[in-house]
Amino acid sequence: MDGGRPATIPPGINVAPEMGDIMPPVKAKKGFIGFLRRNPTIAIGGTLVLLMVCVAIFAPFLAHRDPTSLAPALRTREPSAQFWFGTDMLGRDVYSRVLHGARVSLTVGFSVAFFASLIGLTIGLISGFIRLADSIIMRFMDGMMSIPPILLAIALMALTRGSVGNVVLAITIAEIPRVSRLVRGVVLSLREQPYVDAAVASGTRTPMIILRHILPNTLAPLTVQATYICASAMITEAILSFIGAGTPPIIPSWGNIMAEGRALWQVKPYIVFFPAVFLSITVLAVNLLGDGLRDALDPRMAKRL
Amino acid sequence: MALLEVENLQTHFRTPDGINRAVDGVNFHVNAGETVAIVGESGCGKSVTAMSILRLIPEPPGKIAGAIRFNGKNLLEASDKEMRAIRGNEISMIFQEPMTSLNPVLTVGRQIGETLRLHQGLSAQEAEDRAVEMLNLVGIPEAKRRVREYPHQLSGGMRQRVMIAIALACNPKLLIADEPTTALDVTIQAQILELMKDLKHRVGAAIVLITHDLGVVAEVAERVIVMYAGRKVEEAAVGPLFRNPRHPYTQGLLGSMPKLGSSLTGEETRLAEIPGLVPSLKKKIPGCVFASRCPKVTDLCTQYAPALEEKAPGHVAACHYALREEVVAA
Amino acid sequence: MFAYIVRRVLATIPVMAIVALFVFSLLYIAPGDPAAVIAGDQATPADVERIRASLGLDRPYLVRFGAWLWDILRGDLGTSIFTNLPVATMIRQRIEPTLSLMIVTLILAVSIAVPMGVVAAWRQGTWIDRAVMGFAVLGFSVPVFVVGYVLAYIFALELDWLPVQGYTPFSRGFFPWMENLILPAVALGSVYIALIARITRATMLEVLQQDYIRTAKAKGVGQRSILFVHALKNAAVPIVTVIGIGMALLIGGAVVTESVFAIPGLGRLTVDAILRRDYPVIQGVVLLFSFIYVLVNLAIDLAYTLFDPRIRY
Repeated sequence: MDGGRPATIPPGINVAPEMGDIMPPVKAKKGFIGFLRRNPTIAIGGTLVLLMVCVAIFAPFLAHRDPTSLAPALRTREPSAQFWFGTDMLGRDVYSRVLHGARVSLTVGFSVAFFASLIGLTIGLISGFIRLADSIIMRFMDGMMSIPPILLAIALMALTRGSVGNVVLAITIAEIPRVSRLVRGVVLSLREQPYVDAAVASGTRTPMIILRHILPNTLAPLTVQATYICASAMITEAILSFIGAGTPPIIPSWGNIMAEGRALWQVKPYIVFFPAVFLSITVLAVNLLGDGLRDALDPRMAKRL
Repeated sequence: MALLEVENLQTHFRTPDGINRAVDGVNFHVNAGETVAIVGESGCGKSVTAMSILRLIPEPPGKIAGAIRFNGKNLLEASDKEMRAIRGNEISMIFQEPMTSLNPVLTVGRQIGETLRLHQGLSAQEAEDRAVEMLNLVGIPEAKRRVREYPHQLSGGMRQRVMIAIALACNPKLLIADEPTTALDVTIQAQILELMKDLKHRVGAAIVLITHDLGVVAEVAERVIVMYAGRKVEEAAVGPLFRNPRHPYTQGLLGSMPKLGSSLTGEETRLAEIPGLVPSLKKKIPGCVFASRCPKVTDLCTQYAPALEEKAPGHVAACHYALREEVVAA
Repeated sequence: MFAYIVRRVLATIPVMAIVALFVFSLLYIAPGDPAAVIAGDQATPADVERIRASLGLDRPYLVRFGAWLWDILRGDLGTSIFTNLPVATMIRQRIEPTLSLMIVTLILAVSIAVPMGVVAAWRQGTWIDRAVMGFAVLGFSVPVFVVGYVLAYIFALELDWLPVQGYTPFSRGFFPWMENLILPAVALGSVYIALIARITRATMLEVLQQDYIRTAKAKGVGQRSILFVHALKNAAVPIVTVIGIGMALLIGGAVVTESVFAIPGLGRLTVDAILRRDYPVIQGVVLLFSFIYVLVNLAIDLAYTLFDPRIRY
């Protein structure tokens, strides 16, 4: 029957024809490089974020001139070899200002992400473990979440003196409800888990349960959420500065540089353009990092969003 | 010419850790009006085979190769449009889960009528009238009211009746039933099987019945195909297969089966436990696919994959050992 | 059904009360002395005292909150420090452009984003999907005012197809009104489109896995009908929910978009109020938008039953 078979087949044995492949083989990617290959967004986002952090740290060395020094004689110069990104209406070097702007954006982004996560985590844990507090806290959070975050930040900024600290505070307050809700949701779903039930039944004390079972499981979604908060905080900071409710104009933040370029945007678009590009790329990098982390850390969540 | 001829069917899936060879070289045919059962454990490729016939396998990650001839036409070469004209019209399908197989946001009448409007060009009103008739046919009381209800308002058995109504609405030539009774209560199972047998006689459709329940097989099938690890390992008419199974796997399946004619729906008629696990289909298996679990395994089995051979007229099995037994017996 | 609606409507009252309490309390939460901040650096102590009295900060917290709440219930949102006009009047004068912008954006965004998400889910993993997802990440990353400037630069300055800035009231005709709103609506819609397209894709991916979609395919239903009838209707509830939640982005973005395109709406009113430190106006706008937001989401909650027959009250 099978004439093409090697002669070693014992006589009287009928061997089934071998089935061929109908699709190319799968190449498994392993190790760190494989991880980056499978999660290109983490690789790209992470690299860009690191790059921006370096820019922020080394801004004084990379900058050509003092970002705040005025030179009325050199007003609104087009980008050139001397002024890479041109100069603004007061003759300040836009390139140097944009580099320093990275410091403000990243400080605000990282601080808000950190404080909002920390406070939100605390509130979420309390809410998830203390029934009595839960209904009151969540009612309150529902109310807070009904105020559009940017408006909430604007209202707070209108009542305080403009400073980076107050900007961080205003945006943090606006972001807390979302984190609390997230953490509370995780806590409530974990409390349903048999092993947490068992821990409770066997008399494990609440702080121990939180430390052993709740926190480790909260960490992944919280990290992802923190990256998104970082991205949205940088945008909010820029918006606040842009409409005059953010960082004081003396500090070169990207929002401020754009706000100053606003009046001239139809004739000197580059003043707005360069900070806009830096801001967009930074936020994009953080968002990509967040998407990548979400896919890598929590496949279930990846499916939902 | 047979109604359906499946030749060298291969359905593979691309997964992150290798290619899953879910169905790997299956041949069989179904004659007009005949009932053929495909049995095997879960993961043996029987459902994938059924889905491949209607090309319901998502491509990618899946890929289907070989030939599936329906009335002489190779469905694997048909265009999407041609396939749509066949699905639900000439070949229709009933699925395992009546609870999730009906669209929760569309009325029952609309879901039955949709097939008729698509394939027979009925108007909305005509389709609804026909839907009422179909509900009557499958034994759902108060059909006029029920057509306007949503699936969540019906019980599991009723939903499976609706699925049957959808499948039979266009008088198909072939009905593929993928575990149609598995998710149902035992008493409802018997009713649904009765209904299928009854309708088969009226409509005259051939049936491919996918199941792991040998009781169901004995009750409705004429011919049986036993699948294991993506391959057909045995095929025979229902009588010879139950009386004289040739493949050790089939023998294992039938191990705890009571004799034909005793209770067919009790728990004891379910598949017997065969020690071991179905091998991973992500690696090529050099010898016999059943070697890792076979009580009669020899070196021969692990080296050479046995071909399907006719052990008795109309009775084929893929086992070196079965061949020997036959020779000795002769 | 009716009882449910009544219950649901009543349930929003505490939420609104908390919103009011929170907005009111901002004056007390803010670090430092709000009266001094509002009065400005050149203010004399007498000015600061006058502002403190006009904000009611000299009276006890609860007394002041009661009086303020009572005023709001009567439609009195306070008086502007700068113009001395009632805030409610100022808002009424400025509300048309903002509502126009938001409604046009909403319609535009939903009609673009939902098909985008559906197609991305259908073609999961292909370049179409990647393009949609890429666009979504960009939409989240590029701030509204940047999108606004880019659009204005290309379509108004370079191509001269549409007006650069300004607003024409609806009473002067649909087309002049629309002409001025297209660019701002696209700019404002970019984040919103990204959000809706993403949730549509995610929900559709989940729905397309369901058994009933396989049933529909086995019946010979065409691709378009599977996507837009069988699947989208099942995906509607999460999508509509996100459309409601995303209104917050729309409201926040409107403030900025209006300043980019010089639209004389509530956003401009807010920005002007920030520059003049006219807190009662800001407070009024925040309160109004928050209430609108709560009511929109209430309406969406009540509309669930239209999309899913399993939801019964």
